Amino acid sequence: MRLIIVYLIGLIFGVGISISGMANPAKVLNFFDLAGTWDPSLAFVMGGALLVTFFGYRVVLKRKAPIMASGFQLPTRRDFDLPLIGGSAFFGIGWGIAGFCPGGALPALGTGRSEVFVFVGALLAGILIAKALQAALARQGEATV
Amino acid sequence: MMETVFTPLQSLGGGALIGLAAVLLMATMGRVMGATGIVAGLLQPASGADWVWRAAMVAGMVSGPLVVLALTGQMPVVQVPVSTGMLVVGGLIVGIGVTFGSGCTSGHGVCGMARLSPRSIVATLTFMATTAVTVFVVRHVIGG
Repeated sequence: MRLIIVYLIGLIFGVGISISGMANPAKVLNFFDLAGTWDPSLAFVMGGALLVTFFGYRVVLKRKAPIMASGFQLPTRRDFDLPLIGGSAFFGIGWGIAGFCPGGALPALGTGRSEVFVFVGALLAGILIAKALQAALARQGEATV
Repeated sequence: MMETVFTPLQSLGGGALIGLAAVLLMATMGRVMGATGIVAGLLQPASGADWVWRAAMVAGMVSGPLVVLALTGQMPVVQVPVSTGMLVVGGLIVGIGVTFGSGCTSGHGVCGMARLSPRSIVATLTFMATTAVTVFVVRHVIGG
């Protein structure tokens, strides 16, 4: 039952990404190309998503607990550190080169287009490389302290 | 470069569905809807049950275009104006960046911003800026 509900939530996300244009790199890159073939559509995606999430979260987070889990798992950190800013800056460079972001690419796999599989393969490799780097940095940190 | 049609209504509607999915995931599982976190947990699961719900979520996401095809008779448009090499390099950089940055457009840009998280606001402003600079350099400096 829980898995069916999670599947349906993923489906709503996937349909939303598909009709919004986030699964289309040409449209994504044009949003950022103010000096060229500008397409402002993505501002509407962000606006629609933020509006619903902002008010929806306010209703949901008033409850004591979620329906199918024991508690809410919310990020609690509030500090700005180098990994946050450097990682985000790096992510933007990759997004600007390829035109896919993770949330756009995963649903796009369903179109069966080979380019999406190439991007997602590289994305997964990148995540594993970064995890290995993080683990190595943590070990080095322990060794020097 | 490839011209694309301005689609305010579809984009607003699609965005609202993305938001609805984020709200429903918080209401049911108590979790933030971040594509980065969901995929990272799929690669290195904390437990079997943890892996299964992430897999169900990704299966739902991948079914999205097929449902659009069934409802409208058309597969969502995917136009890739970049080379295979750029997809590989871009994918690697995105994967490394979102892991160190703890999130991407969905996690920071939608869920974190909706919670007015200072970290997510800074992360989103940062990646939006570097994406715009990168697109400018690729299209108008190198490609121009």
